[in-house]
Amino acid sequence: MSDATLHKPATPARFRSATQESPAARWTLIAIAVGGLALLVGAPLVIVFVEALSRGWAAAVAGLASRDAQAAIRLTLLITAIAVPLNAVVGIAAAWFITKFDFRGKAFLITLIDLPFSISPVVAGLCIVLLFGANSALGGWLVASGYPIVFAVPGIVLATVFVTFPFVARELIPVMIEQGRTEEEAALTLGATGWRVFRTVTLPNIRWALLYGTLLCTARAMGEFGAVAVVSGKIRGQTATMPITIEMFYNEYLSVAAFSMAALLTGFALLTLLLKTALELRHADALSATRRH
Amino acid sequence: MHIQIDEIAKDFGTTTALHPVSLSIPSGALVALLGPSGSGKTTLLRILGGLEFPTSGRVLFNSQDATGLSVQARRAGFVFQSYALFRHMTVFENIAYGLRARPRASRPPKAEIDRRVLKLLDLIQLPQIADRYPTQLSGGQRQRVALARALAIEPRMLLLDEPFGALDAKVRKGLRQGLRDIHDETGLTSVFVTHDQDEAMELADLVVVMSMGRIEQIGKPQDIRAKPATEFVRDFIGA
Repeated sequence: MSDATLHKPATPARFRSATQESPAARWTLIAIAVGGLALLVGAPLVIVFVEALSRGWAAAVAGLASRDAQAAIRLTLLITAIAVPLNAVVGIAAAWFITKFDFRGKAFLITLIDLPFSISPVVAGLCIVLLFGANSALGGWLVASGYPIVFAVPGIVLATVFVTFPFVARELIPVMIEQGRTEEEAALTLGATGWRVFRTVTLPNIRWALLYGTLLCTARAMGEFGAVAVVSGKIRGQTATMPITIEMFYNEYLSVAAFSMAALLTGFALLTLLLKTALELRHADALSATRRH
Repeated sequence: MHIQIDEIAKDFGTTTALHPVSLSIPSGALVALLGPSGSGKTTLLRILGGLEFPTSGRVLFNSQDATGLSVQARRAGFVFQSYALFRHMTVFENIAYGLRARPRASRPPKAEIDRRVLKLLDLIQLPQIADRYPTQLSGGQRQRVALARALAIEPRMLLLDEPFGALDAKVRKGLRQGLRDIHDETGLTSVFVTHDQDEAMELADLVVVMSMGRIEQIGKPQDIRAKPATEFVRDFIGA
């Protein structure tokens, strides 16, 4: 090794490797990337916390302590706790179905999974209102039986599930296609039952994609505004989630309360990212071992 | 175990992978399914292993109908072309997988599983790699681990899909003898798929030459070399 370095001719400074940019180009690119990131991501993030704390910690905490604020936080956590596991399970099932079986209409199904990404959340909300609202036959019957969907928690769950549906499935499908079926087949020939194969082979192989998809889904579920705004009816203390309450506070010139709630919501999102990074660091060994050459 | 293939045919949609083929594999034999890609040899192997089911025909194990037997119930030690080792498990866990997957009643105790896995690692002459992950192994090592994993379930037969396909020429020659030795030691009826006529001729007791979903000739290597039954066989083995 040291021999090789000794005999290696010194590279004259004026030659650049083929893939290296000129210093001017490099600095321009770095400036654009850093500047753009700072302006578009960094500044809003900072301003949320600055505004929340503009009258001190006590005011910020007081803004979160009101009955409406507490109800909103509880509701958002409840919705997330229902929507995310639901989407994780359905997402795994959909990805499994699409990648492990061949059938007609596969491309159509993949497009259908993407639909919530391309449809405006407001339209999605309206569809739920039309389908389950008191004016529809189904909705009328549900309201009469005492299980209203629209302007109630089930409607918010439905809207959130719809909007966040693609996250888990979209993360899993490419990973599962890449991995193919042979490991599962091998486990079957070794005598494992279908459920055991899923638990011991499929799930461990997709766990990082699943984690990533779930975290994205969580962040989005907590932050969803448009669809929820339509189906929830924005009933203060009952169906107003955190994003909706932020808007209400803001419109009522309760700027500290609005921004402390926004800061809390941002904090939840940052927490999910932190969790992901921590898990990745902790399982770096397993992560590199399962990666293909 | 004696394997009887009785008029087995397989269609995938509108394409025919296998025309009705029949073949008798004597107990304890090492058999090569030899042919170019698309000849139906892998399909036939997967039907034996229970990974595909035939469109028509029967498979008999020791004269018992096994056509509808599930993949788990066949107890066929299957070695896949790319080995399909479990990436997130160590070599030890890979080999122990089949024993741990058994229902509680027939599952050996932990100490017995450990003992058997270590014995298999000795058999494949890699006693020191138990704690490694598949990605940390060479191609030849992976192939032998896949073989050990298949043997761990005490299979009734050994099925190997292009077991040497992913290896370079030098490693391949060495492992051929390794497979022959393991076959002779265990006495398992073994079927392997290959497109390499040297490999088939050198290793197998019985060679089955296949083309376009049909069996062209069945015979001992020397007989096939001396008397190719069809123009295709003559051409393919370069006699």
